[in-house]
Amino acid sequence: MPSTLLKNARLLDPWTSLDQPGDLLAIDGRIAALGPDAAASAPAGAVVIDCAGDCLAPGLVDMRVGLSEPGHEYLESLAISSQAAAAGGITSLVGLPGTDPVLDDVALVEFITRRAAKVGLVNIYAFAAATRGLRGEELTEMGLMAAAGALGFTDGTRAIADALVMRRALSYARTFDLLIVQHPEEPRLAAGGAATEGEIATRLGLPGIPAAAELIMIERDLRLVELTGGRYHAAHVSTAGAIDALRRGKKRGLPVTCDTAPPYFALNETAIGEYRSFAKLSPPLRAESDRLAVVEGIRDGTIDAVASDHRPRDQDAKRQPYASAACGMVGLETLLPLCLALHHDAGLPLLKVLRLLTQGPADILRLPVGRLAVGAPADLVLFDLDLPWRIDAKSFKSKARNTLFDGHPVQGKVRRTFVAGRIAFSENGESAL
Amino acid sequence: MDIFPARPFPHRDLLTIDRLSAADIDLVLDLAQTYVEQNRQDDKKRSLLRGRTIVNLFFETSTRTRTSFELAGKRLGADVINMPTDGTSVKKGETLLDTATTLNAMHLDALVVRHPESGAVQLLAEKVNCAVINGGDGTHEHPTQALLDALAIRRRKGRLGGLIVAICGDILHSRVARSNIALLNIMGARVRVVAPRTLLPAEIERLGVEVFHDMRRGLADADIVMMLRLQTERMNSNFFPSIREYFHYFGLDAEKMARAKPDALIMHPGPINRGVEIDSAVADDLDRSLIREQVEMGVAIRMACLDLLLHDPGRRNAI
Repeated sequence: MPSTLLKNARLLDPWTSLDQPGDLLAIDGRIAALGPDAAASAPAGAVVIDCAGDCLAPGLVDMRVGLSEPGHEYLESLAISSQAAAAGGITSLVGLPGTDPVLDDVALVEFITRRAAKVGLVNIYAFAAATRGLRGEELTEMGLMAAAGALGFTDGTRAIADALVMRRALSYARTFDLLIVQHPEEPRLAAGGAATEGEIATRLGLPGIPAAAELIMIERDLRLVELTGGRYHAAHVSTAGAIDALRRGKKRGLPVTCDTAPPYFALNETAIGEYRSFAKLSPPLRAESDRLAVVEGIRDGTIDAVASDHRPRDQDAKRQPYASAACGMVGLETLLPLCLALHHDAGLPLLKVLRLLTQGPADILRLPVGRLAVGAPADLVLFDLDLPWRIDAKSFKSKARNTLFDGHPVQGKVRRTFVAGRIAFSENGESAL
Repeated sequence: MDIFPARPFPHRDLLTIDRLSAADIDLVLDLAQTYVEQNRQDDKKRSLLRGRTIVNLFFETSTRTRTSFELAGKRLGADVINMPTDGTSVKKGETLLDTATTLNAMHLDALVVRHPESGAVQLLAEKVNCAVINGGDGTHEHPTQALLDALAIRRRKGRLGGLIVAICGDILHSRVARSNIALLNIMGARVRVVAPRTLLPAEIERLGVEVFHDMRRGLADADIVMMLRLQTERMNSNFFPSIREYFHYFGLDAEKMARAKPDALIMHPGPINRGVEIDSAVADDLDRSLIREQVEMGVAIRMACLDLLLHDPGRRNAI
């Protein structure tokens, strides 16, 4: 039985609020022991890794990743996506259904699951389409696709706009206790928009999307959740109004959760500068007051998770006039350092930041990962908490380099990533054990 | 003969009014003033830009702006080519940047670009190695229009500072409005915008304008009334319910014009929609309408811009 002993680590586990020096022993892909005495139970021949005091936490769970396979392998194959994830300390990721073809059928969910097991360095899961072809009209076979491994249902980067379809989706999903994930944006208000409505969009002459487009969709959805009792998750929330609506919805006891993505707490709309198309995201970057509200939503627990919202784009899609340029930013390899800024700069407790990346999403997805516990999968990230460095897009495993964070100074760096006890990434390039 | 031997025009391109200083603007207007005189002579042609190549690349249909640039270039002695964009490689999926590469291989001296998308001209300017003049990009800027408007105003009023200028109509979709707001603010004029709320962009007041929704109030004591062209297809998107109602509240007629100063002047970037945003009697009032003069100033301004950007022996090497 392969076994690995990770010595001299700072063990961090949001589930148990564990934060203490110690060792961790992984045997046969699972955590066999952890704590000050873990070394004692290591079998002879265990591989020993000295962590030199670095942080050892559950591997990150990224619940929103734009996968390019099938259909756009030239952008990024599953193999590359998983390498990039591993380099970012992510051990489980959830893909969106907006592939080509769309994941709206049991066979395609099975394909992804099979393919992921074959090529994936990390655990690759998927959300399946909530409606056929992501057209927002007919529901997909949610029950069967969930049985085939789909972790939730969403129309990806499109809102489920029709109130009746959303009602039925929530209601039907509740039958099987399934999760509906919404891209919360009222599509008519957002039509043709390229930036958040306001002074910057006005100056640049860009068609605006009012911040209220997010709030309106979330408020409607909360009423439908109230009506149906369905489990609802709002993706990448980015505005003060929407976060406040969710805060109130949670207080009323509704089964709702939400995530955000690093650009929405690390940047604001001024990053557009003079039409930098890397800043074009969906939802668009927001005003500074919204950015502060996102940080506050994270601080007070309204926001349950941070996801990368990874979306590789090639140069042809980005080197366009701003309104024509494709939306999205790569994010797998920058997720952890950007989130650690919430600890270093915004003063959030480290365990709280890690919870957003582990326990938070794992709970929403009901995955038995994201924790340091005996018997749990040995999916782990080892990182230096304090190391200052600059993000270098050229060093990405992702082929796509569409990030605004190239050259951005950050603190905290992934040293090694373990999936089921095996090295999936090492900054020194060690191969899998 | 060089009238301005040392011209400190520190710009490679003319992309936005925002990047110009009051001194830059004065320089353009002063030089254009000399070209107004030249253009009124029988011999209009100079050889200042002989051997230089200027390409007009218009991704939107335009008659007057393109013709104006063409005349300007030719009167300065340059070779001017109108590059078609319909049915060419440009329409066949060639990206803007492929076009830039092609143009670079042609060794142009200046490129005049109009494009339906905001920021597209700047994107092109970043990739080509010649001077670029923005001939209008999306709903962003149309700098030479604002400069020619400024020249027309200055010739009649003697100044720009302190004037009250009311810009009326579809501000939301207007690059002319944005460039004029920027220029008039730089030059110290007081700018008002007058429009229904649906045709005003968010937070427009942050650009340095007073906002009015009533023509009579907006025009009160104005020195200049600048009307914008209303694209009637906007009606289909519910920006306003009918042309009849639009004209009733926001069209310029003699009665509304009476609210402005007695010597107030009327401007319009053209082409005019008679009976939509402006009444014919007002548009054709020779005492008050600057509309024809604006066209004349357009050629002179574009000559001045080409002159300043191209007629500098040291400049080419600096590129």
